[in-house]
Amino acid sequence: MTPILQARGLTKRFGRTQALAGLDLVVRPGRVAALLGPNGAGKTTVVRAVATLLRPDQGALSVAGIDALRHPAQVRQLIGLAGQYAAVEPAMTGRENLEMVGRLFGLKHKRARAAAIAVLDQLQLTEDADRLVRTYSGGLRRRLDLGVSLVGTPRLLLLDEPTAGLDPASRGQLWDAIRQLVASGTDVLLTTQYLDEADQLAADIVIIDHGQVIAAGTPAELKTLAGDDVLEVHVRDAEALPGAATVLSTVGRDLRVDLATHRASVAVDGTHRLLEAVRALDHLGVPVEDISLRRATLDEVFLTLTGASTDLIDSSTDPEAA
Amino acid sequence: MTDTAAMTVPSPAQAWVNSGAGFWPSSLAVARRTVRKFVRTPQLLVLATVQSAIFLVIFRYIFGGAITVEGLPYVNFLVPGFVTAAVLYSGMGAAAGVAEDLQQGLFDRLRSLPIPRASVMAGRCLADTALVTWSLVVGAALGFAVGYRMEGSVAAGLAAFGLCVLFSFAFEWLFITIGLVAGNAQAAQGISVLVTPLTFVSSAFVPVESMPGWLQPFAEHQPLTPMVNAVRGLAGGPQAQALLDHSTAYYVGLSLIWTTAIVVVFGLVAAWRFSRS
Repeated sequence: MTPILQARGLTKRFGRTQALAGLDLVVRPGRVAALLGPNGAGKTTVVRAVATLLRPDQGALSVAGIDALRHPAQVRQLIGLAGQYAAVEPAMTGRENLEMVGRLFGLKHKRARAAAIAVLDQLQLTEDADRLVRTYSGGLRRRLDLGVSLVGTPRLLLLDEPTAGLDPASRGQLWDAIRQLVASGTDVLLTTQYLDEADQLAADIVIIDHGQVIAAGTPAELKTLAGDDVLEVHVRDAEALPGAATVLSTVGRDLRVDLATHRASVAVDGTHRLLEAVRALDHLGVPVEDISLRRATLDEVFLTLTGASTDLIDSSTDPEAA
Repeated sequence: MTDTAAMTVPSPAQAWVNSGAGFWPSSLAVARRTVRKFVRTPQLLVLATVQSAIFLVIFRYIFGGAITVEGLPYVNFLVPGFVTAAVLYSGMGAAAGVAEDLQQGLFDRLRSLPIPRASVMAGRCLADTALVTWSLVVGAALGFAVGYRMEGSVAAGLAAFGLCVLFSFAFEWLFITIGLVAGNAQAAQGISVLVTPLTFVSSAFVPVESMPGWLQPFAEHQPLTPMVNAVRGLAGGPQAQALLDHSTAYYVGLSLIWTTAIVVVFGLVAAWRFSRS
């Protein structure tokens, strides 16, 4: 099956910044792929290249088998783009925005009108359809923006940080809308800094940093990447943390200590390590509040893969951070 | 907002390929949006008209008394210059508008659609020219209201007005270019205001001969002066033509050459900036 999107060795430099450094990417049809990475990782540059808004310096890029560098106009017939900004006209109503873009997609007057009605219905915007967009809330505007990218029923939908800056309720609504699209057969490539968003929506996650793919796979595959399991110790007093850390470092690797929450954790390769740790802690007399063995979270995967990027962790726990 | 309503997903209306709209339909759709934006922002409409009226009244009744033009009542000298200069004053808003469209991602969306990219610029220019034309109508009406009397034929007057529309089409490309290059709306606004001196150092409000000698060559040879002279000569009839160094036809020809040059240069720069930005 032809990949809906295939990139090989993409590079792009903006002045001194190497936005893409030989990026390879394959998105299979029928799957939602998420590009996950911190600010400046190159996510938006990938989307802009696929949307034919910028030309990579080097590399090959094809959408549904069409060479995007040689035939950008054909690629534009297949894609829909909803960006970081809600690019809708505030001085027009929701319906007018949809009809305008429908016309631009090449629909005749009646078809454009029908497409607008269908999208309004699909995204539950009918109630607000005839209000000027400048009276919309942020979440509503973003949903309309998503709708505008749908009036042409694109084959590949590009969503660049679709929920950045939205409140949790609006995020949830947008997620539902995206899931509906996927169910209807639209292929989606989305970028996000939110690990939970990638986890929620995507079948395949591609983690990028410094313009390169550093890991790819299903959420489950990625979670096993960081180490088989995570052994975490929670102590009551901060003074006990160094002792706990010393013990953990003898039973596992990638020691992580969080002073704020009094937790230390390591990646371990089997359940027997739990017993080793408990024995050693007991032997040294470290007062333990709680000890657990669990699967790695995507946060931990990300930290393992990128070294450190607290930026990403912050934004995954606090949607307002972006 | 209801979350619970059952969602019906429309089946794809066509087999995934959007043919995209052609050049003219796309241009018109883009133009329509710009006009709507303007019309639905009443502050813009009212402000533009009031500003233009104040400006005219100041020149007609305050400065006008101190400016003498031989052989012509000042009001008859002023109004054609005022209307021609209004091409720049009304047109410069486009720079900020274009910068805003760029900044807010609207142009990105339009550039990702299956339409000829040139149509985005063409639509913008058409709409802005239409808006300027409207303000020229208002400006001309105000001119008649403060006492301007056309001595030329009606046909010549209409031709003068047509020329102004052509000039505004040309200058829109300059303002679109400024909007694309400036980076943000405030900067675009700031840069486009710099064209204001062009209107004063021209034959629009005072005769060039009244300026200091070192300024006259610039005033004489910058594009606005032949444009103003062409409009003044056409609308003003023999009285106004007597003031001109050359025939009206000469100024019409020269102004059309300038118009073409401005369209070609800034049209190309705008197209280049738009397709790469």
